[in-house]
Order: sequence, then structure tokens, then C-alpha cells
Amino acid sequence: MEQTDMQEHIIPYRTLVFVWLLLILFTAILVSASRLFHETLSVGAMLVLTPIKAGLVFFYFMHLKYEKTYLKALVLLTLGLLVLVIGLLFFDVLYR
Amino acid sequence: MSSYLDDNGGRRGILGWIASTDHKRIGVLYLASMLILFFIAVAIGVLMRIEQLALDPPLFAPQVYNAFFTVHGVIMIFMFVLPGLPAVFGNFFLPIMIGARDVAFPRLNLLSWYFFIAGATIVISSLFTGNGPPDTGWTFYAPFSLKTGTNVVLGVLGAFVLGFSSILTGLNFITTIHRLRAPGMTWHRMPLFAWSLYGTAWIQLLATPIIGITLLLIIAERLFGIGVFDPAKGGDPLLYQHLFWIYSHPAVYIMILPAMGAISEIIPTFAHKTIFGYKAIAYSSLAIAFLGSLVWGHHMFTSGMSETANLVFSLLTFIVAVPSAIKVFNWTATLYKGSIEVKAPMLYALTFIFLFSIGGLTGLMQGALAVNVHLHDTYFIVGHFHYVMFGGTGIGFLAAILYWFPKMFGKTYSEKTAFLSWIPIFIGFNMLYFSMLVLGYMGMPRRYFTHLPQYHSAHVISSIGSFIMAFGLVLFFANLLVALFKGKKAEQNPWGGVTLEWQIPTPPPAENFLVIPEIKGRPYAFNRRASDE
Amino acid sequence: MNSPPTVAHPAHKDYEGSKLGMWLFLFTEILLFGGLFILYSAYRARYPLEFHNSGQHLNVVIGVVNTIILLTSSLTVAISITALRRRDRKLSLLSLSATIALGAAFLANKYIEWSGEIHHGLYPNSPALMQRPHGDQIFFGLYYSMTGLHGLHVLAGIVLLSVVLVFVIREKITGTDFNKLENAGLYWHLVDVIWIFLLPLFYLAA
Repeated sequence: MEQTDMQEHIIPYRTLVFVWLLLILFTAILVSASRLFHETLSVGAMLVLTPIKAGLVFFYFMHLKYEKTYLKALVLLTLGLLVLVIGLLFFDVLYR
Repeated sequence: MSSYLDDNGGRRGILGWIASTDHKRIGVLYLASMLILFFIAVAIGVLMRIEQLALDPPLFAPQVYNAFFTVHGVIMIFMFVLPGLPAVFGNFFLPIMIGARDVAFPRLNLLSWYFFIAGATIVISSLFTGNGPPDTGWTFYAPFSLKTGTNVVLGVLGAFVLGFSSILTGLNFITTIHRLRAPGMTWHRMPLFAWSLYGTAWIQLLATPIIGITLLLIIAERLFGIGVFDPAKGGDPLLYQHLFWIYSHPAVYIMILPAMGAISEIIPTFAHKTIFGYKAIAYSSLAIAFLGSLVWGHHMFTSGMSETANLVFSLLTFIVAVPSAIKVFNWTATLYKGSIEVKAPMLYALTFIFLFSIGGLTGLMQGALAVNVHLHDTYFIVGHFHYVMFGGTGIGFLAAILYWFPKMFGKTYSEKTAFLSWIPIFIGFNMLYFSMLVLGYMGMPRRYFTHLPQYHSAHVISSIGSFIMAFGLVLFFANLLVALFKGKKAEQNPWGGVTLEWQIPTPPPAENFLVIPEIKGRPYAFNRRASDE
Repeated sequence: MNSPPTVAHPAHKDYEGSKLGMWLFLFTEILLFGGLFILYSAYRARYPLEFHNSGQHLNVVIGVVNTIILLTSSLTVAISITALRRRDRKLSLLSLSATIALGAAFLANKYIEWSGEIHHGLYPNSPALMQRPHGDQIFFGLYYSMTGLHGLHVLAGIVLLSVVLVFVIREKITGTDFNKLENAGLYWHLVDVIWIFLLPLFYLAA
């Protein structure tokens, strides 16, 4: 049965492969950083690159980039809530 | 015309009910199962009050009393107040109110009821197997919950399964509201009950998984010795409390928001006037849902949390009271210059406002750090949460059932008996729980099977109140039960309501609408003051 | 405002609604694991040194290999969807099967990995672990909980994808009616995302 309001956009193979290559590259950087660099730098790399990797999977593999705005907003709200909760928790964890 | 009650969906006998994906039948299934569990928990509560009455010698051993308050809490919270209005009235009326034929995922809806029954069965089984029912309190605090020999794993597993029921309901309602509103039914034309269900659904969806993982961790600790909450292994019991309350505080907003939504339906109908401040009430539901996720630390002020955390959570707790207060002001403003008719649903709705206000204000008192030091773990807390959960959600549930019963079952109950049962319910309730506020203020700790002589007179008043109230509840539901079988046929719109459920036949046909309506006007457009916002 | 079509009960297919439902379910998974991440963050702040040291007992090679396996499996399941929508059923079935195989490989690696650690006496309640500092015990408690829960989800994903594979073979999922495949893909990608976070938290902690 033909579906109504189907998305038009199909992600091309080359986009998918390119994203995969980026993910592998970032993973390689992360692993090298943890082995070769000073702790602060490697932790910094982790804090920057890990969310970027996750973002790539969300936006391209999970098609979020091409979805309606409200869905992007809901994903952001959910992740934001988790971050907010951890933040509030740290008022206790850090100052006990 | 045949109604949903006649349409067995091509199945035979009871299968037409327990295998039905019709949201209305599922709502009724929830109602029946929840009420059975409710009365079991009421009975346990009465037994607790009898224990306090019969002081010396105690009627029940301390261990038994611990099991009583644990099971009473687990049943009431996870099987009555939490599913509460969403599972019964949300399921039954949300699709109708927005002009849809069913929820977005009808089979998932039935699955959520199966999870409810499975979870309830697992919890009940914990009463009769192994070393007996859990004795940890419904809060299952570590480290005691890790070490006690009672059926914690079963109890906690049951609660975990019940969580799935809640999550699926939330998921279904969010999708339903986003996707199935009738043509012309914009967000700002939705009834306020629908708005309250939307806010609630987000809490159900996002908060419940946290208790899910917390309960799983208790099981992992007891079975495998993972150690995350065990001080002997470097674990921190306070982190258990954090994780527990990160869910269980938002959970109380799951409990209260739909009740507030029902009140927002009932008040305009019986005041024959448009609700005052529609958008304020609608958005305050979302504000409560969001802010309510940020205040959990107020259950832990005396637990050893940092002073900084105490200050932050106390401040946030004061802030979250604001949107609730906005609702109370708006309901009151709706009554002003309305043409008020105090029928049974309205009586209970007004009672809700009164009792919930006491509950809310006592909550604020507890949110003040200096006061909390004296009140934490006393009967004051017990009094407070019964005022909000019972005086609030419970009475809201009773108001909703009086309001919607004729529509759901096509029968009329005795208005007189509904009024009469109010008297023992109201008097009994306040005797039972106001005494607790006094007891707590005087220093009586909670979860104690016995008490010092100076507390005895207040306990006596409280226990007698419980008997009176229990009698009132039995009278209330007997009225409805009799009406179910022998009541006069109900009209299509006995109260003059203006939302969509009152425009369709009583009881509703299986597919709700012959033709999906097209919405052209604002909600609550009563003839008088139809131009009001 | 988005006006949904007027439809007759019961058969209606709402592709957008089905996708929204799946995303909402993924939110619950994010919060479920989120609870464990909350615990990890609190304990990491409390035991920074022990977490750093304990990471050295984990097998980084297996961890990284598993990361590459999952990242690749995300690629293959995404390819499977594009292929099906471009009517290349053969490539779609091949990719989907590869995804399942990669998932199984992940679990096989996990089995080897955990066996190794258990052999070294590093498992919850083990005598060797109980003698180590508190921070080490918590590290391993969280390690087994989080990778264990994740592994269960990988297993569930394999089962889900296998069911979907059968549907594609039987043409119950087609190039024009593909939302079951897409939803299964979404689930699988989230399992991948969680692992993306688990890798640095445990394996690269050292």
C-alpha cells in the first residue's frame, strides 16, 4: 500500500560512506590521543570528538538533518534534560 | 445505534474485552483492575490505622507493619495514582476530545494494559512467596533494600514492569496528540484535559526509564553484587536516592497534572463560563512538567547532600509552585460571575481545589530548609502527600468519574447518594490526614509501628477518620456499581458540556464519530460570554 | 498547522506518526542509559585516579575493534534502506545481512572479552576485585552494568533486524513501504551511539 506523506529525500551512498569514514577517522584520533597525549588534551579530544561522532550518526545515519524541525527540537530537549539533570546532581557531587 | 459496549469486535465473550484494541474498552479495563487494587490498598491502610489505635500490645508485629506500609505505598502509587486519570479517562476520552477514532497505536495501548496486569501480578506474588513482602518502604532505599531478606527483587521487578505500562501510555498519547487531531483542531483549540495529558505524557516517557534503571540496579546488586550503592564496595547510597527521586519527583506531576486537567474541564461546564486564562493553564502544564524534573533534591535535604545542592533545590521547589498556583487562580477566576450549578462532579471539583491547596502549601513549607530539618520523615510529610495525592488526584479521580460516568456507561447514578457519600469522605479525610500534619509537627516519626503516649489522641482521631472515610468510599462506588446495572438511561449531554465527547452519542459508538468533525471555534465557547478568551 | 487526513477506522498508515513513535521510544532508551551515565559521571568525579588506572585492565584492542564493527554496521543498515528505496533489493538484503553478521561479531567479541576479564578474576563480587580499592570496584561494577545492558540491546537489535530481514524477503517491506526497516535502523543506530559514548568512558579512560 502506498504510504501518504513519505519523505522525499533518500540519503545517497556516497554521503553514507563519507560519514562512515569520518567516524572511523575520529575514532582513530581519539584512540591515538588517549595513548600519546597528555591527559588533559586527550580528555579534551574526547569531550569534543565524541559528541561530534554521535551527532554525525544522529544527523546523517538517522536522517535527523532532513527531518521536520519539531523532531530536531524534541531530540535536543531530551538530551538537554539529561545534561541539566547531571548538572544539578553535580551541585551535590562537587560540593559535599 | 450500537455503542462500544455492544461491539465485541468479532470476538467471543470476555475475549472481546481483554483482547480489544478499542481505547474505550481499554480505559474500562484499566478502571476495573485499578479499583480492585485500590480497595486492597485501602484495606491495608485501614489495618495500619488499626495498629496505631491498638497501641499496647501491638496488633501486628513490627515486621508486618513494615510490610503494610511498603505494599500500601507500592500499590497506591504504581497501580492507582500513577496510571490514575491517564489510563482511565485519558484512554477513554483523549481520542474523542481531539476528534480521532482511536489512539495512534491501539495495539500498543492494549499491551500497556497487559504490562499493568503483569506488573501488578508480580507485586502481589511478592506477598505470598519466599520471605514475604518487602519491608523497605515503597522507596526501596539502599543499603537496607540490598540487604533485607524479604522479596525485594520481586517487588522491584513488578514495579519495573509497571513502568513499561506508563511509558507506552505516554508514547501513545504524545503521538496521538501530534498526529491525530481532527481538521481545525489546532493546538490552541484542544481541551485543557488534552493539554494536561500531553505534559504528563512527556514525564511518563522521559522520567520512567530512570526508575527503570534504578530498579534494575537494585536487582543487579542483590543478585550479582555490582556494588554501585554498597558502601562496602565504594558505592554511595545517596546516589541511589538521587536516581530514585529523579524519577519519583516528576512522578508526582504525572499524578497531579491529569487531575488538574479534569478539573479544568469540570469547572467551566458547571460555571457555564469559559475557562479563565486558557493559554496560562495549557502552558503551565508544560512548565510544571519541565520544572518538576529539576526539584528532586528536596526529598533529600537531611540526607547528607551538600549545602549548595540544598539551596539550589529549595529555590527550584519554590519556583515550581508558581505554575500550580496559576491554575488555582484561574479556576477561581472562572467561577467569578459564572452561573454556578453545584452538581456532584462540581462538588468534588471544588473539594479538589480546597484539599489540593492545603497539600500544595504544606509542600511549600517542607521546601523551606530550616523547616524541613524538623519535618522530614515525620507524619507531616505523610499528611502532606496524602493531601496532594489523595485530596488532589484521588478526589480529582472521583470528580472525573462522576463527570464522565454517564457518557462512558450510558447510565445515571444517584446524585443524592453522590452528595451523601461526600460527607463521610470529606470529614473522614480531614480527620485522617490533618491529624497527621499535627502529629508530624509535634515530632511523631513516620513508618513506626507504634508511638509514644503523647501522640495517642491524634492517632485515635486519625484512625476513626480512616474508618469514616473508608465507609464513604464504599458508599461512593456502590452508588456507581448499582447505577451500572440498574441506573436510568443517561442523556447524551447531561451537564451541558461543550467539548467533543458531549456531541457524540451516549455511550459512544465503537468508531467514536460517524464523520470526523471539523473544528471551527475555540474550546469552552459557552453561550454566555462566548467572546471570552 | 499540520492537518492529518480524515481516515476510516481501522486501517490507516501514518508514516510520520510511526517514525515519531520510534523516536519517542529511542528517547526512553537514552534516558535508561542516561541513568547509568549519571552514575558514571558522579563516580568518575569521586574516584578519578582509580577510574584512570582500572581502564588499563580492559582490552583496548577488542574495544576499538568492536567500535569499528558497530560503526560499520550502522553504515550497512543505512545502505540497506537507501538500496531498498532505489529498488536494489539484492544490495538491500546483502547489507541488512551484513549488519546482522556484524552485530553477531560484536557479541562474539564481547564474550571473548568478558571471559578474559573473568578469567583474571575481575568480576562483580570476585575475591580479587573485593581486595582492590573502592574506586576499582565501582569502575568494574559500572563496566559490567553498562556494557552488559548495551550487549542486551545489541542482542535485541539482532533479533529485530532478523525479523525485518524476513519481512524484506517476503516483500512485506518494500521500496515504497519501508518504515519498519527505517525504524529498525533507527534503533540500531542508537545502540551504536551509546557505544560511541561507552568507548571513551571505559576503554580510553587510561
